[in-house]
Amino acid sequence: MPAAYPLPTNVSPATVANTASLLRIIALALISGAAIASRLFAVINFESIIHEFDPWFNFRATKVLASEGFYAFYNWFDASAWYPLGRVVGGTVYPGLMATSSVFYNILHALNLPVDIRNICVLLAPGFSALTAWATYMFTKEMKDASAGLLAAAFIGIVPGYISRSVAGSYDNEAIAIFLLMFTFFCWIKALKLGSALFGTVAAVFYFYMVAAWGGYVFITNMIPLHALVLILMGRFTSRLYVAYSSWYAIGTLASMQVPFVGFQPVRTSEHMVALGVFGLLQIVAFAQLIRSYLSSKQFQNLLFYSVVTTGILGTFVFVGLTYKGWIAPWTGRFYSLWDTGYAKKYIPIIASVSEHQPTAWPSFFMDLQLLIFLFPAGVILCFRELRDEHVFVIIYAVMASYFAGVMVRLMLTLTPCVCVASAVAFSSLLDTYIDPAEPDVPRNPQNGGNTTLEDVVAAATANTTKPGARSAPKGIFGLDTRMIIIFNAFGMLAFFVFHCTWVTSNAYSSPSVVLASSNPDGSQHIIDDYREAYYWLRQNTPETAVVMSWWDYGYQIAGMADRPTLVDNNTWNNTHIATVGKAMASPEEIAYPILRKHDVDYVLIIFGGLIGYSGDDINKFLWMVRIAQGVWPDEIQEPNYFTPQGEYRIDERASNAMKNSLMYKMTYHRFAELFGGSGQAVDRVRNQQVPKVGPTLDYLDEAFTSENWIVRIYQVKKEDDLGRDLKSANAFSQGKKRKRSKPVSKRRAIV
Amino acid sequence: MVPKASPAPPKASSNVVLSLWKSYNEQTSDRLRFIDAFLFFLMLTGIAQFIYCVLVTNFPFNAFLAGFSSTVGQFVLAASLRSQVNPENKDEFKNVSPERAFADFALGSIVLHFFVFNFLG
Repeated sequence: MPAAYPLPTNVSPATVANTASLLRIIALALISGAAIASRLFAVINFESIIHEFDPWFNFRATKVLASEGFYAFYNWFDASAWYPLGRVVGGTVYPGLMATSSVFYNILHALNLPVDIRNICVLLAPGFSALTAWATYMFTKEMKDASAGLLAAAFIGIVPGYISRSVAGSYDNEAIAIFLLMFTFFCWIKALKLGSALFGTVAAVFYFYMVAAWGGYVFITNMIPLHALVLILMGRFTSRLYVAYSSWYAIGTLASMQVPFVGFQPVRTSEHMVALGVFGLLQIVAFAQLIRSYLSSKQFQNLLFYSVVTTGILGTFVFVGLTYKGWIAPWTGRFYSLWDTGYAKKYIPIIASVSEHQPTAWPSFFMDLQLLIFLFPAGVILCFRELRDEHVFVIIYAVMASYFAGVMVRLMLTLTPCVCVASAVAFSSLLDTYIDPAEPDVPRNPQNGGNTTLEDVVAAATANTTKPGARSAPKGIFGLDTRMIIIFNAFGMLAFFVFHCTWVTSNAYSSPSVVLASSNPDGSQHIIDDYREAYYWLRQNTPETAVVMSWWDYGYQIAGMADRPTLVDNNTWNNTHIATVGKAMASPEEIAYPILRKHDVDYVLIIFGGLIGYSGDDINKFLWMVRIAQGVWPDEIQEPNYFTPQGEYRIDERASNAMKNSLMYKMTYHRFAELFGGSGQAVDRVRNQQVPKVGPTLDYLDEAFTSENWIVRIYQVKKEDDLGRDLKSANAFSQGKKRKRSKPVSKRRAIV
Repeated sequence: MVPKASPAPPKASSNVVLSLWKSYNEQTSDRLRFIDAFLFFLMLTGIAQFIYCVLVTNFPFNAFLAGFSSTVGQFVLAASLRSQVNPENKDEFKNVSPERAFADFALGSIVLHFFVFNFLG
């Protein structure tokens, strides 16, 4: 066998194996280091702080768990959220994340390393990303070999699609969920390969951890049964499949019901019925196999086959019937909107209003995955070519996750591991082919004296294709140069991938949304810290029981940073309550005021970006408030009223009356025109429209606080007038305006 | 979900069942028959619980689920053990010796019953 380059021959296999395992360990350590380091941009550039909205609740809950213990957390009734209602936190939260960081907290404190709980929360995601890299390595090792595993680990360590949800400070469920996802899948593949109940049990335990950590566990609950079902349909039923699936399902389902938030869902809802159905089917198939082993009659085997099929169909009908009768709950809106993509927008505006629930555009696939998105299909095709049982899993995973990632931006996260695995398989096949020094045997060609060159190969290849009758040219790669070209290219792509990932991470995904960064003309960084300014004002200058009303986006942050009760927050479990807030924001003052008083609201907080051009403010979210309120009070709030007759959404002179009179508009533009000296040059820099010269006046609210850049504005709700007048006429009176004659006599008599 | 006996053909039904019983008695080792007896017992227990749930009440639903899934889980774990120690399946389970299979079974049962007791409430 000729070789393209010589290999050392005097090395013992033991040395090779030892060196390889040492290199693997070093590579994994470096990958972990890279995964952690590339997530620290936000901490180094800004500070060690929790980002975004949801993590603030997780952080707050973790503080409770760490300081008061698990049982207090388990039974925690949070009276300050959803103000009049309160929230049973223990039963409405996935406690895995908090439990994990509190375990770390206790371990570190037991070791006399008194680390602040905030730092554990901030750095949990980078730590777990290193574990994710390791789990992906193990998973890919089952698919191909250890070298593909290392590539996959390197990919997932730095790929932006995963970094986007796991930078330091992003203390969200996804931080640990992706590790659990990959590890559960690894255990499942291992259980299936070996037919071992041990790995099935481990998969079930990690599945339990995953259920406790993230609502996306439904993905696992449907992926594994789907895999098993496809294997059965392909005629690949084995006893190993039975052992792996049964042990996983029996233990995993019971375990998943221990999480209070999940409760009886695994036996009651449609999302979990695939798993149950496949479990039943597997029992039937296994039983039929057992019977078959005792009988030989051909006829009876056929009959058995048909009886299995009929039982399967009957079982399906039973499920359909049960769902139809209402014994099994149908798909919840959140999952249903994945299939019927127009559903959420029509019926549940609150789901459609979240920006992460929009369909994904092509550029974001490229931005999040760069070259992996090209290698991904190649990897899937390579899986098809070998098609062992575990390859079927990757193929199903790829198909399902691609669809989901196309429907919803945030599900890019579940696609990313699969992309990394498939790309690593493709890339390592490429490297395997081109690094392998073996050359095909060529019948010696007298003309060029045995020196095969690229031209020869091309000539041979073309000769082979153009003249099918000609001698069959040997297939393979000749020479070192051809190898070098390909390998150089491949490594060039990898290098670009690293640069791309670092660039995307540092530029796009490493900004804490609590602190806004802008740059001065000289290039230095200017930090806009209005959020915390306002939240700390609330924290220090208001009574501890002051209820703050804001749009639900800011509920968790207010509870976390300002430590005040809120009306609604990011856990959108009560749509009517949110619609109430939306109605108050979208109504004129006279209508909104009784709503505010009835809910004991003391302060109203709004976000306004018109002064510095911060686009994610409440006026841009205003239409969603209107829509959500309209869903509950269709005859009081109508979306078209907030548009101009031409159908434009405007805030300037031409804005519609309903818009100008709405509480949100008044609070937003209160005194805004004065800021520009009343010159009529007051321009809203987000909408790029001039606001009216005479700004709106507020009768029922007082401006309490406006942050430095006017991003956060806080209004205090006035108490009822001492004399029993309505506040509008009281204001008019105190400003010396004459009461109109047509008005009824003052209501002073009302108070006795 | 306990596997049900598939409907036998109407004409030669007694024949087939008899021959099945006969070949079962002839071909199965004592060890497997012991496991089968355990499986049969678990099936009866599960059926009894299910009938009670349907006829009387499912009121402490968690208790019913815990009890029922303990029988179902134990059933499938024992069935897994049966197929792992079955000499006919030797080439399928190359890495699982009978001793290993029994250890796996024990571990799986312990984990299962830990969750069962936790869920009984």
